[in-house]
Amino acid sequence: MTGKTLYDKLWDAHLVKEREDGSSIIYIDRQLLHEVTSPQAFEGLRLANRKPWRIDANLATPDHNVPTTDRTGGVEAIVDRVSRIQVQTLDDNCDEFGVLEFKMQDERQGIVHVVGPEQGATLPGMTVVCGDSHTSTHGAFGALAHGIGTSEVEHVLATQTLIQKKMKNMLVRVNGSVSEFITGKDIVLAIIGVIGTAGGTGYAIEFGGQAIQDLSMEGRMTVCNMAIEAGARAGMIAVDQTTVDYVQGRTFAPKGEQWDLAVENWADLHSDADADFDKIIDIDGTSIEPQVTWGTSPEMVVPIGDLIPDPTQEEDPVKRESIERALVYMGLAAGMSVKDIKLDSVFIGSCTNSRIEDIRAAAQVVKGKKIASSIEQAMVVPGSGLIKTQAESEGLDKIFIDAGIEWREPGCSMCLAMNADRLAPGKHCAATSNRNFEGRQGFGGRTHLVSPAMAAAAAIAGHFVDIRTVEIADSKQA
Amino acid sequence: MKKFTELKGIVAPMDRANVDTDMIIPKQFLKSIKRSGFGQNLFDELRYMDEGEADTSCEGRPLNKDFVLNQARYQGASILIARQNFGCGSSREHAPWALDDFGFRCVIAPSFADIFFNNCFKNGLLPIVLSEEVIDQLFIETFETEGYEINVDLSAQTITTASGEKITFDVEKFRKHCLLNGLDEIGVTLESEADIKVYEAKRRVQAPWLFDAIKAQ
Repeated sequence: MTGKTLYDKLWDAHLVKEREDGSSIIYIDRQLLHEVTSPQAFEGLRLANRKPWRIDANLATPDHNVPTTDRTGGVEAIVDRVSRIQVQTLDDNCDEFGVLEFKMQDERQGIVHVVGPEQGATLPGMTVVCGDSHTSTHGAFGALAHGIGTSEVEHVLATQTLIQKKMKNMLVRVNGSVSEFITGKDIVLAIIGVIGTAGGTGYAIEFGGQAIQDLSMEGRMTVCNMAIEAGARAGMIAVDQTTVDYVQGRTFAPKGEQWDLAVENWADLHSDADADFDKIIDIDGTSIEPQVTWGTSPEMVVPIGDLIPDPTQEEDPVKRESIERALVYMGLAAGMSVKDIKLDSVFIGSCTNSRIEDIRAAAQVVKGKKIASSIEQAMVVPGSGLIKTQAESEGLDKIFIDAGIEWREPGCSMCLAMNADRLAPGKHCAATSNRNFEGRQGFGGRTHLVSPAMAAAAAIAGHFVDIRTVEIADSKQA
Repeated sequence: MKKFTELKGIVAPMDRANVDTDMIIPKQFLKSIKRSGFGQNLFDELRYMDEGEADTSCEGRPLNKDFVLNQARYQGASILIARQNFGCGSSREHAPWALDDFGFRCVIAPSFADIFFNNCFKNGLLPIVLSEEVIDQLFIETFETEGYEINVDLSAQTITTASGEKITFDVEKFRKHCLLNGLDEIGVTLESEADIKVYEAKRRVQAPWLFDAIKAQ
């Protein structure tokens, strides 16, 4: 008998029922809620007079709309009226239905995909959903995690299940170890460069290989976070000692005997050696270089030493047109070096790269330096209040402030610019976030996706530089 | 949910690949706590020359005259034909809400992003996957003929073009059933309430830590 993939195991463990029409009912262990995609779901419950199935399986926090500047005035002080109503609505719904919420002024508030793992609310072997496509992040824990729409948020609230059709299995193996300064972000951007933005559509991707196993949990979360940018709703990584060590002791992680039982159970959360994948992609980890996106889709990515592609060299007419359109939007010329892109702004944050390790990496690069005079705005937005406190206890906030970089309150911020943090039209931003779509960071804004260290180095230089050639302060003193 | 049975309508062409959900409905409009009213901001950054504001009327805003949906010949369109990977990006259901509110009931493309595809079915909007060749032909016919219309029959799973050509398409059985009957999916799932309870009881024994309450510590 053929072995099972990690996805097969997670699927089987959560299968409530297979229906005659081929659809399946899948049990959901955890739902994370935020203010943008939940109000209509709560309203739906109310209108249908339905009770939530298991309300204590949910955890909420506002993140998309919250200001990252001074919050002492509370929700009432959010200047944007529509944002204020949305955050207030989440607070009201959580109070009414009895959902634990880390409200805006709670130190535990942050980006849902940072908060879930940080609190141990995300555990290996779980099914985790949230009305946000970057829910794939939680797959780093050997969980089946993916984004859902608002109707499904309501469906999970009401039934603790989802109607699903099983996806196909893809294994992306990153072989060998990456060189120094190559991060999870570079790995996942390189993967997207190879398989394309729709390469994973219809699949659950498992990331494996030496380079993935070498990553910390922070790095693994970055990789799984961007599975959706390769088209895969769910990305996942097998459980190992790194996973177990990260989870142990967290607020909602099992304790005592339960912990031992859980760890024993989690040992099976990997694909069997003889598991059958529908598709396997092999990538040479040793040759991955620091990555920079130049266009308006995450697949429009090149290594730092490369040139911006020439559309006339592209044979596929649809792709050629996409490249031409992207060059116009980005205000770039084919054949120019990515190092020559003049930057105006730097954003370090988002559910992709706002964890303590990301902030430490950026701080190490800027320590003792000043940002280039051409950089109009540079900011670091930690992923949660607890990360902010941790970074401050290590003195990292001072390193950024001394360098001329703003140190903000936690939230999604300029990744998608739903709050007041917006990239101005025509401006180029080195961003550690996940999407470089047109207008993503602000109307007319131009986004370049990079790792935190690359973003920090770009802030100092005013343009992209190869992080491997940058002089970096002694990490022990960072 | 709104039923979808048969639809005859004008076809509008969205001739670019990887149309993402930020493009379909930009983020500032996601601040609404309602399900309706998103139609005026569908493709906002392509449709208008200025930056749109949430919760504000679009009357008097300068239009991008080159954008297809602003052209007279596509007014009243209810079927959108598109290129590969339509709806990629975020999980925002505001994307199908905006398409629906604008008047679209059907989107035809060579491929869709998974979450968007799924979200369409929850809102009475039918996404249809056809081959690149067939889509190319539909684009040609749409560009050639002003007021080009096709007929979509979900029950028969066929599209009939203006020239009478019949194209068949696939749709999952359960989704088809829900769309044809306008079913509330939660109601359907709750018919299996007993199965969910049996699963939970079994699972509580196997992995009790999964049922620890998320509550104030």
